[in-house]
Amino acid sequence: MSGKHGELTCQELVELVTDYLELRLPAPERARFDEHVTTCRGCQAHLEQMRQTLRVAGALREEAVAPAAREALLAAFRGWKRGV
Amino acid sequence: MADGQGSAQEGLRLEAARAGDERAFLELVTQHQRSMVGLARAIVGRDEAEDVVQEAWLAALQGAAAFQGRGSLRSWLLSIVANRSRTLAARSRRQVSFDGMAGGEAGGPSVEAERFRPPSDPDWPGHWVTPPAAWPEARLAAAEVAREARRTIEKLPPGQRAVITLRDVEGLDPEETCRALQISEANQRVLLHRARVAVRRALEAHMLSAGVGA
Ligand SMILES: [Zn+2]
Repeated sequence: MSGKHGELTCQELVELVTDYLELRLPAPERARFDEHVTTCRGCQAHLEQMRQTLRVAGALREEAVAPAAREALLAAFRGWKRGV
Repeated sequence: MADGQGSAQEGLRLEAARAGDERAFLELVTQHQRSMVGLARAIVGRDEAEDVVQEAWLAALQGAAAFQGRGSLRSWLLSIVANRSRTLAARSRRQVSFDGMAGGEAGGPSVEAERFRPPSDPDWPGHWVTPPAAWPEARLAAAEVAREARRTIEKLPPGQRAVITLRDVEGLDPEETCRALQISEANQRVLLHRARVAVRRALEAHMLSAGVGA
């Protein structure tokens, strides 16, 4: 389902975004990807949405260990120490 | 990401904890607890995750001698969590397969076919019918967006959920993720793609319902 002259279509490109972001595309395919994206606003936007998705997921990370969990672990640690 | 030196230092800290040093233990907890809980949640669910992780810590202390700075301490700890979670899930007869191909996690197209012009299109086959637009950053920061993403991740099949949790939420690198889940790099990438695609779609639907153009 390639476009004219073996260029990547938008529909093909969206399947390759993760391979692209993971730097796993072979050089020729990466070049075709880059070439497409520089001239296609829709795919630029799609790529940006995928990057935005990663940022939203990254922001879900809980930064602090809950004090209750910490206390429970410490108690388990002390119990373990006594048992050894 | 733990380099060789960091890994040696962490080995010493683990050794100190094993010898009973509470401060060393708490430092390890501060550093690794969240990723461990994230992984356990992805496999056994929220309710049992903390218990699994607690068991994993004790197993790690007990078996500290086995970690001889092989790889990063984090991926060693995560593989303990993964093993224990899987054992627990198997015991309660829940199927846990991280294998994207065999695990019924086969995905459809990343973007619905209707969004593209048909192959028969004389000018632009396979190109966007209506091109998407990136989302306004201000909207992305909204609490409902985070909630929507979390909800979507929790509903994903186990392999996708585990991979996106480790990679995108907890920030592990691909090698650590593969080691913890015992999957191949290619499989990891397929699962990651499907998971990201699912979250992107959910966010797109959310943005549309909130009046932001797709
Ligand atoms: Zn395009």
